[in-house]
Amino acid sequence: MNSTVSINNLSKSYGDVSALKEINLNIKSGELFGLIGPDGAGKTTLFRLLATLLLPDSGSAALCGFEMVKEYRHIRNILGYMPGKFSLYQDLTVLENLNFFATVFNTRIEDNMDMIRDIWVQIEPFKDRPAGKLSGGMKQKLALCCALIHQPKILLLDEPTTGVDAVSRSEFWQMLKGLKSKGITIVVATPYMDEANLCERVALMQSGEILSLDSPSGIIASFEKDLYSFEAKDTYQLLLNLRAYPFVNSVFLFGQSVHYTDVRDDFVLSDLKDYLKSKGQDHVEIKQIAAGIEDCFMALSQQNTVQK
Amino acid sequence: MNSDKKVISVRNLTKKFGSFTANDDLSFDVYQGEIFGFLGANGAGKTTAMKILCGLSYPTSGEIMVAGLDVYKQREELKRNIGYMSQKFSLYEDLTVFENIRFYAGIYGMSLKDIKLKSDDLLKKLDLVHARNKRIGELPLGWKQKLAFSVAIFHNPEIVFLDEPTGGVDPVTRRQFWDLIYEASRNGITVFVTTHYMDEAEYCNRVSIMVDGRIEALDTPEGLKNKFDAKDMDEVFLRLARKSNYKE
Amino acid sequence: MKRFIGFLKKEFYHIFRDKRSMLILFGMPIVQLLLFGFVITNDLKDVKMAVVDHSKDEYTSEIINKITSSGYFKLVKSLDGIAQVDELFRKGETKLVLVFEPDFGKNFIKGSKASVQILTDASEPNMASLEVNYLQGILQNYNLEINRGKIVPSQISTQTRMYFNPNMESVYMFVPGIMATILMLVSAMMTSISIAREKEMGTMEILLVSPLRPLQIILGKVTPYLFLSFINALVIVGMGYFVFGVPVLGSFALLMAESLLFILMALSLGIFISTVSDSQQVAMMLSMFALMLPTILLSGFIFPLRNMPVPLQIISHIIPPRWFIIIIKNIMLKGSGFEFVWKETLILIGMTAGFIGLSVKKFKIRLE
Repeated sequence: MNSTVSINNLSKSYGDVSALKEINLNIKSGELFGLIGPDGAGKTTLFRLLATLLLPDSGSAALCGFEMVKEYRHIRNILGYMPGKFSLYQDLTVLENLNFFATVFNTRIEDNMDMIRDIWVQIEPFKDRPAGKLSGGMKQKLALCCALIHQPKILLLDEPTTGVDAVSRSEFWQMLKGLKSKGITIVVATPYMDEANLCERVALMQSGEILSLDSPSGIIASFEKDLYSFEAKDTYQLLLNLRAYPFVNSVFLFGQSVHYTDVRDDFVLSDLKDYLKSKGQDHVEIKQIAAGIEDCFMALSQQNTVQK
Repeated sequence: MNSDKKVISVRNLTKKFGSFTANDDLSFDVYQGEIFGFLGANGAGKTTAMKILCGLSYPTSGEIMVAGLDVYKQREELKRNIGYMSQKFSLYEDLTVFENIRFYAGIYGMSLKDIKLKSDDLLKKLDLVHARNKRIGELPLGWKQKLAFSVAIFHNPEIVFLDEPTGGVDPVTRRQFWDLIYEASRNGITVFVTTHYMDEAEYCNRVSIMVDGRIEALDTPEGLKNKFDAKDMDEVFLRLARKSNYKE
Repeated sequence: MKRFIGFLKKEFYHIFRDKRSMLILFGMPIVQLLLFGFVITNDLKDVKMAVVDHSKDEYTSEIINKITSSGYFKLVKSLDGIAQVDELFRKGETKLVLVFEPDFGKNFIKGSKASVQILTDASEPNMASLEVNYLQGILQNYNLEINRGKIVPSQISTQTRMYFNPNMESVYMFVPGIMATILMLVSAMMTSISIAREKEMGTMEILLVSPLRPLQIILGKVTPYLFLSFINALVIVGMGYFVFGVPVLGSFALLMAESLLFILMALSLGIFISTVSDSQQVAMMLSMFALMLPTILLSGFIFPLRNMPVPLQIISHIIPPRWFIIIIKNIMLKGSGFEFVWKETLILIGMTAGFIGLSVKKFKIRLE
């Protein structure tokens, strides 16, 4: 079975706004792949193109070897798609929804129980409740069940964890891991940088472009600068002081700490300490840290703007 | 930065809808200039409590003072002393930047002359002078949010309530947004943030975490992480929420 | 086929669970029919009447007696001539004037025709026509009584003249009119809204991504409303007949066949509307302004077409209910057969085909 997704020079614009700019991407069979980026990065447009809901301006893509535009009928049979907005019938019960989508794909729930069992057991207690009355997490589980009921080869999930609380989010990712073991190719879009670490490979996206494409550890390893974390009692003052430092390369708030990189390669920490002391901040805790995906994203995004 | 002056004081706040208890005996204080995170899962009772604090609904019982005003008796004065912003509702898309500012400031009784002066300063600060007469709908999301926050504190309220302010924004813009929040806090405005995004919680001075209508934890993010031996707020939240009788 | 049944089941769940839909589907026809029906067939009581008696004989006084003792009419004035009538009507002092010709009694006895004239204030057209009907009934009865056992029957001939609205249509008009309105509402508006709802909720996205073909989706959405609209047509005709005594003089089968055709037309119109609207609100507004208002105003249901300005008369030709109302009026009230309505039927068929063609062309297999 070869459930790959290959995308070549794919572009799409709405009027003057170009939503996707010549995207190239190959997703392997059975991979858990993440599209990471904020709103407006082009994730949803890419998904709708792959789901045969939109036509590209230029470029092409193939899913399981089927050409996206010409062979859209084949693709619609092997694709599971979960849109960003909750898209089930709110006035139908959980079971009625699932039953309906089973009949749409000419199949029955019983025949596909193996595929959905792990998820179904969690929502089965509420099977007679209207879908509109479920909590956010439960809705996502039901939507996932409905997207899986025809045993798709490729699963596209558009921001499945947005607006869902932390508990449900972590449960959702557990379920995706379980699905991956069944050999389905899964592509997840998310605005949460921290979820990148749960994918095998990710594409960091912004404004219709891919900033970086690698495994999460690969992306982190490519962070070039030495990164320091500063903590002081008055975080905001610390931020202002560091921002005013002549050799600052980047300085970003991370919760109660500030992440800092310097423009100089041979940079001596004590200089900076002295500078802060001169500004009246004596007790500053400084340590060198490993970059996270969010650090990488911001660095890449700044590089990208500078290049333009 | 933080003073000892209590801006919000809640004692034994309970709100019931029929037999369902949305807020169960909440007590907490928020101090002037503090950035206070009000966290909880969907349906934990955050919105209910915030509505009461904003003077939009009455509590079933409890003593609540906001900005030195009683939420039972002084609701109109209360509304004049608070600002509000949410991701869902903030500015009118079909009005220009200045028209939005003028509208909101007008609501709070500012004179047109004051509005003009102050809005010029504001637009300069936000680097939005060129967008003064552009419609909000044409602006990128990040700019909208920064502007929305600035409008919410335009009339110098004592407290500003933020309802999930930065979901979906790119990391750089989000930090610019928090810059504004820190600045407001430094100027003595208390910031009350409800969210279920745990990474937003990390930016707060103190956070409370609500589970099933009760406040289960209240401390600095650092303190909470230490107490629950967790590496980030996400983990703190998971511990707390799982401990509860989490059910549909 | 299993897919289709699954789809139908889902549609019926939607309809039966939505109180608003149910109300429009079943409450609306009944309420409209009752409203129109009872407003029109309101019983008469003490209608103010004046008399111009040029004959002044025993027969005229007997007739006047009969009329006033019926309880329906009350004599308020005796006039010398009809010159004052117009003014009386304008002042509202009387609603109806009965005029006896000179030598009414003589003509009556001789067996030749005796004439009375009924003048009514038809600014309230439905009431006016009802009053006339009642009055004619009383005169008819009297006629029968007198003629019992006579060889050469005496005859009263009534001439009616309706003031202010001389071309008034039949009271029974409301049944065809309501039928057109309701079928349009249920079929076109409800289908367009239900398809637009799928778009709005995002479920259309999922249906499109599934292997379902556009035609399958359309058929699945439309069939329930075809069925429910047909039931509505039966209810309206049935209520008209049993509650208000509106007859079906022509072939019942033909009437139902024409109704089905009209329903199909409305359904295809509904699909067409849904293809151009992205939200329920837009679909609703479009249906309201593009369908309901013309149906009520320009179909000849309430306002007679021939009294309209020419441009409106021309526009009324593209309003489908106009043709449908002509068809059912002919079948129900005149008892005409297909040979009298084939032209209108053909127009409706043409419209149906046109809308289906447009919808199929516009219904997308993608989001844009």
